[in-house]
Amino acid sequence: MTTADIEPEGRHGALPPWLLRLGRLLLSLVFTLFGLLLVTFVIGRVVPIDPVLASVGDRASASAYHAVYLKLGLDKPVWEQFLIYVNQVLHGNLGESVLTSRPVLDDIRDVFPATLELSTVAILLGTLVGIPAGVWAAVRQGRLSDQIVRILGLVGYSAPIFWLGLLGLLLFYAKLGWVSGPGRIDIAYEFDVTRVTGLMLVDCALEGQWPAFWNAVSHIMLPASLLGYYSMAYISRMTRSFMLQELGQEYIITARVKGVSEARIVWVHALRNAAVPLVTVVALSYGGLLQGAVLTETVFAWPGLGMYLTNSLGSADMNAVLGATLVIGAAFVTLNLLSDVLYTFLDPRVRRRG
Amino acid sequence: MSALLEVEDLRVTFPTRSGPSEVVRGVSFTLGRERLGIVGESGSGKSQTGRAILGLTPPPGRATAARLAFDGIDLRNASPGQWRSLRGIRMSMVMQDPKFSLNPVMTIGRQLMEAAKRTAADRAEAKDRAMAMLEAVQIRDPARVFKAFPHELSGGMGQRAMIAMMLITEPDLLIADEPTSALDVTVQIEVLRILDRLVTDRGMGLIFISHDLRLVSSFCDRVLVMYAGRVVEEVKASALAQARHPYTQGLYGCLPRIEGSVRPLPTLQRDADWAL
Repeated sequence: MTTADIEPEGRHGALPPWLLRLGRLLLSLVFTLFGLLLVTFVIGRVVPIDPVLASVGDRASASAYHAVYLKLGLDKPVWEQFLIYVNQVLHGNLGESVLTSRPVLDDIRDVFPATLELSTVAILLGTLVGIPAGVWAAVRQGRLSDQIVRILGLVGYSAPIFWLGLLGLLLFYAKLGWVSGPGRIDIAYEFDVTRVTGLMLVDCALEGQWPAFWNAVSHIMLPASLLGYYSMAYISRMTRSFMLQELGQEYIITARVKGVSEARIVWVHALRNAAVPLVTVVALSYGGLLQGAVLTETVFAWPGLGMYLTNSLGSADMNAVLGATLVIGAAFVTLNLLSDVLYTFLDPRVRRRG
Repeated sequence: MSALLEVEDLRVTFPTRSGPSEVVRGVSFTLGRERLGIVGESGSGKSQTGRAILGLTPPPGRATAARLAFDGIDLRNASPGQWRSLRGIRMSMVMQDPKFSLNPVMTIGRQLMEAAKRTAADRAEAKDRAMAMLEAVQIRDPARVFKAFPHELSGGMGQRAMIAMMLITEPDLLIADEPTSALDVTVQIEVLRILDRLVTDRGMGLIFISHDLRLVSSFCDRVLVMYAGRVVEEVKASALAQARHPYTQGLYGCLPRIEGSVRPLPTLQRDADWAL
């Protein structure tokens, strides 16, 4: 009876359930990415921008126009064009940027690490502050500290970030001089650091260039804090509501009956359960940041994806726009996959279902 | 013998939009090392009585009493530290449905150890006790259940694990709040038998809360019948048939009988006066 009461293990034979689950997730990733390609391709066709005109200019002769028209394969049927597009993307060819006359992929390789670095520092700050703040607010529900967290969150969520950015620059850079100004690093250091990963902090640390490292830190601190503040606002609100939900569950009463300490009830019992939906919240916030915070990057002259994308849009550089969109989409889908994988580790019920 | 638990004029109140609502209205009883049953319909205040004894009235509810003492300790103004030294060690509670009362993301073992560590000298001893306790609730493969997550166990197994968790520190008082209502009928009797044996062997006081009159009368020494937040009658379990209060008589009359069927089925008559 004892053994019959426990669900049988490994119903799928030799493969462990988590491996099957991972395989299924990867398969869905492939399909999603394919869908993404289709969407970017369609967007590229329906926008009222003539790709030939964009590359030859409006004073080109009819024969030059026609030559480029054929070169871009626009005379072929649409489905064939799509296959060519997919084939190119799979070979890492996102076309050439009209604006920079370089392959789009090279451009993105230059700008994406800047955004990645900024978003990663920001989401770390937002999570490390937001989760404890949300837990605290939930435990002290309705009291003054809850209200303070609520107001701070509301300000972070509703104040325009370019305004906060300018204020921050004025106060911490111009007046107090606590942080460095716009850009990723001072020009004095700019050519000392060889590019390995494109992440300034990592590259400096890899070479042991500590003065440059600290300079980069003081550059990233302000924009990352601002973006982090924004995600903190969201993460703390969600943490609070997930925690309130968990703290009302029966197993919390069980823990109280057992005489488990209040701190352990909150930080181990309840938070461990709230962590499951929180993973999605953090992953989605991170994905949002990875799209390139256009306003923040502009205010802080941060040479990231958001700035690249706006510049390309301004000059109707469709290859660059579509390429960047594809990268953003892929990053988003990958993050979702990662959060799904994390789910598997956090929730034993998901692990078992396979 | 001094009483293990003394309850006098216990009241539990919840604020509502239309003013405070009293769900337990002056319950009094004393409990020795015996088995006391509390029966009543849904909303009669039996569960809130049990929670108030453990100081677990959910906020914003409030529990007050003229006297609420456990082994001579006044519980009304007990500090959080005092509560912590009582709960889990000297008094505990088995709840209704292991699906909700066990933490879904912690293994049974970890949850069991949390309780075991409170009285054990070290980890090894706690683990030994946990294993022994799982065997005591007749789990035949304790090592496996120890590593299992709650959703991997059936209801009966989960409830045994819950009982093990609550009895591992050998408390003096156990409150069992509908401990078998969420289980299949076939498993109910088994779980009850296990609970009964452990309680009797250890000489504990038991408050058995249920809506099942027959179960309570076969399992307890004494029965309190609650209606609308009050105790309407206290009877010896063996003398239930001689109950005087019409509500108890009604409850008793509604029990299905094996010999012959009664048609139409008896229904419960309620009198507005009982709630006064």
